[in-house]
Amino acid sequence: MNRFWAFVKKEFLHIFRDPRTILILFGMPIAQIMIFGYVVKNEIKDVRIAVYDKSKDNVTREITNKILSSGYFLLSEKIDSDNELERIFKKGDVKEIIVFEPKFAEKLENTNTASIQLIADASDANTANLIVNYTQAIIYDYVKDINSNNSPLVQIVPEARMMFNEEMKSVYMFVPGTMALILLLISAMMTSISIAKEKEMGTMEILLVSPLQPLQIILGKVMPYIILSFVNAISIILLGFFVFDVPIQGSIILLMFETMLFIFLALSIGIFISTVSKSQQTAMFISIFSLMLPTILLSGFIFPIKNMPLVLQWFCYLVPPKWFIIIIKDIMLKGTGLIYVWKETLILIGMIIFFISLSVKKFKVRLE
Amino acid sequence: MLPIIFLLPIVQLIILVNAATLEMKNIDLVVVDNDLSSSSRKLIAKFEGSKFFNLDEFTFSIEKAKQKLLKNEADIIINIPSGFEKDLFSEEKTKIQLLINAINSTAGGLTNVYATMVISDFNKNIIAENINILPLKSYKKINVLPSFWYNPELNYKIYMLPGILVILITVIGMFLSSLNLVREKEMGTIEQINVTPIKKYQFIAGKLIPFWIIALFELAFGLVIGKLLFQVPMIGNLFLLFGFASVYLLVMLGIGLFISTIADNQQQVLFINFFFLLVFILMSGIFTPVESMPEWAQKVNIVNPLAYFMKVIRMVLLKGSTFNDIKEQFFSLLVYASIVLSLAIWRYRKVV
Repeated sequence: MNRFWAFVKKEFLHIFRDPRTILILFGMPIAQIMIFGYVVKNEIKDVRIAVYDKSKDNVTREITNKILSSGYFLLSEKIDSDNELERIFKKGDVKEIIVFEPKFAEKLENTNTASIQLIADASDANTANLIVNYTQAIIYDYVKDINSNNSPLVQIVPEARMMFNEEMKSVYMFVPGTMALILLLISAMMTSISIAKEKEMGTMEILLVSPLQPLQIILGKVMPYIILSFVNAISIILLGFFVFDVPIQGSIILLMFETMLFIFLALSIGIFISTVSKSQQTAMFISIFSLMLPTILLSGFIFPIKNMPLVLQWFCYLVPPKWFIIIIKDIMLKGTGLIYVWKETLILIGMIIFFISLSVKKFKVRLE
Repeated sequence: MLPIIFLLPIVQLIILVNAATLEMKNIDLVVVDNDLSSSSRKLIAKFEGSKFFNLDEFTFSIEKAKQKLLKNEADIIINIPSGFEKDLFSEEKTKIQLLINAINSTAGGLTNVYATMVISDFNKNIIAENINILPLKSYKKINVLPSFWYNPELNYKIYMLPGILVILITVIGMFLSSLNLVREKEMGTIEQINVTPIKKYQFIAGKLIPFWIIALFELAFGLVIGKLLFQVPMIGNLFLLFGFASVYLLVMLGIGLFISTIADNQQQVLFINFFFLLVFILMSGIFTPVESMPEWAQKVNIVNPLAYFMKVIRMVLLKGSTFNDIKEQFFSLLVYASIVLSLAIWRYRKVV
C-alpha cells in the first residue's frame, strides 16, 4: 500500500510541478462559466434592424417607436430604396428590415387593413425565426391597443409562467452543460494523455515490471484527476450560485454523489481511450473529437435533443453527458430527488462498468 | 493518425450539422381541462392541429400535470380553469394559464411564442364566428408578411455547416502544427535541427506549410460534403473564400506555433491551445449571434480570429458577399497573421 501512495504522490507532483497546466486546469472552468454567463446569450437583445418606411406617417412612426422601445431592437439605419435591401444584408450587421407599405395610415383608416413586410436575413435561420416572431408579437400588441377602445373583444388572455427559470436566464442551462464539458474533458483527456505518455516514452514498461499491480498503476494515474475534477465541479457550482444566482433546489449530497459518479465515468472513458491509442497525439485527437463537440452539441446542452432527426436522437442516448445534464438540471433547478433520476443514475453506472471492463480486456501487460 | 485527421472530422461534420437545431417540432403538451366546454375543446383541437405541439396527455389534475413537467415528459402545461367558457362570453375575457419549462431559456421562449400564436389564432376565429352578435364596427387589422431572404425554408443546416467546418479545420491545423513542433522538443530531435544551418523563419515555415495545406484541403473536402449532402448554397466566389481561409489559417497556425515555442511538452501545448480555442469558439458567434453579446465582448472579439472567419464564411457562401464587403476583416487578419508569425519566429530559439 505504501508503494501505491508513493506512486500517487509522484503523479501529483507531476501535475503540480507545472504551474501553467495547473493555471489552465483551474482557470478553464472559471473562464468558461464567465463567458457563458456574460457573453453567450440566446436572448434577443439589441438586434440591428433597418426600417424602410414608404409611408412616413404617424402610424408607421408609432409602430417603429414601439418596436425600437422594446429593447430587442436597435435602429441601424433608415433606407429609402429597394436597391439598398441587398446591400445592407451583404454587409452583415443588419438582421431584419421592416418595410411599411405606402399610404399605411390611410389604408388602415379606410379599409381597416394595412400590411407590413418583415424581411429577415435568414442565413441564420434560428435567429431570423426568433426575430420575426418577436417583431410580430409587438405589432399584434399594437393592433390590440388600437382596437381596445373599439368594442369589447371576446378573447382568451394567456398567462405564461416560466417554470424553473422565471427570468429566462441562459446561464441556467449553461451551468450544468459546462460542468459536464469540463469534467469530461479534464478527467478523460488528462488521464488518456498521461497514460499514453508513459506508453510513448516507453516508461510504461518500467512501471509494469515494478512490484505495482496494473490496477494500482491505473488507479494511481487517475487519483489526482479525481481530486482536480471535483474541485472544478465545486467551483463551477459555487460560481453559478454566487455570481449568477443559479439555485441549488435539491439535495447537495445527491448532487455531489452524482458528480462523483460522472467523474468516475469520465475517467473510465479516459482509461479506455488510452488503451486504444499508442501516442499522446492519437489519444488527444480521439478525446477532442469524441468528447468536445459531441458534448456541446449532442447532449441537449444547447440544442434540445427532441428536435433532432430520429436516428440522431438514438445516437444521443450513447452520449454520457446527456444523462448527467438531465440529472444536474433536475437536482439543481427542479429540486427533484433520486426517485426522479434513478434511471439516469443507473445508466451512468452501467456506462462506467462497460468502459472499465472494456479497458481491462484491452489492457496489455506485455510488450508488443 | 491519418484516418483520425480526415475521417473523424468529416463524420463529425455530418452528424453535428444535423444536431444543431432550435426548430421546435415536438413540443410535448399536457392539457388540464376543468371546463370541458365546447370552447375549451376547440382550443385544444387548435393546439393539436398545430405542427409544433404534440398532445401528450389530457388530465383534470394540475398536480399530475406538474409531475409530468418535473419528469421531463412535458414541455408545456395548458391549464383551463372551470368557468372558462362562461367567462369568455359573459366578461369577454378569460384567462388560461401556461406553465412552460424554461430551463433552456431559448426553447422556453419559443414555446411561449408558438403557444401565443395558436391562442391569438383562436381569438381571431371567435371574433369571426361571433361577428354578428358582437357590436364590432371597425376592427383594424395589420397584416404581417414575413419573408426570409437567402434561406426561405429556414434550413438551419446551411448555417451550421460552415460554422462547424471552421472549428474542425481550426482544431486540425492548430493542434497538428503546434504538437508537431513541441514533439521535437520532447524527443530531443529539435537539437539536431538546431545545429543545422537552417534559418529560424525557414524552420517555422517548414512547420507551418504542410498543416496549412492539410487544413485547406479539409476545408475543400468539407465544402464538397456540404454541397452534396446538405445543399449548402455557394453564392459567393470560392476563390475569395479560400483566399480568406489561407490568411485565417496563417493566424491560427501562427498562434499554435507561438504557443509551442513557449511550452515544454505536448500536454502543456494541448492545454494552452485548448483553453484559447474554447474561448475563441464560444465567443465566435457559432451558436449565438455576436451582435447579442455585450459591448465589451464584441471588443474582445477583435483579437478572436475565429469570429472573423465565422462571419466571413457565412457571408460569402450564403449571401454572396464580395471582397468589398469583407475587406475590413481581410486586412485585419493579414495584420494579425504577420504579428503572430513574427512572434513565433522571434520566440523560437536555436539554443537548448
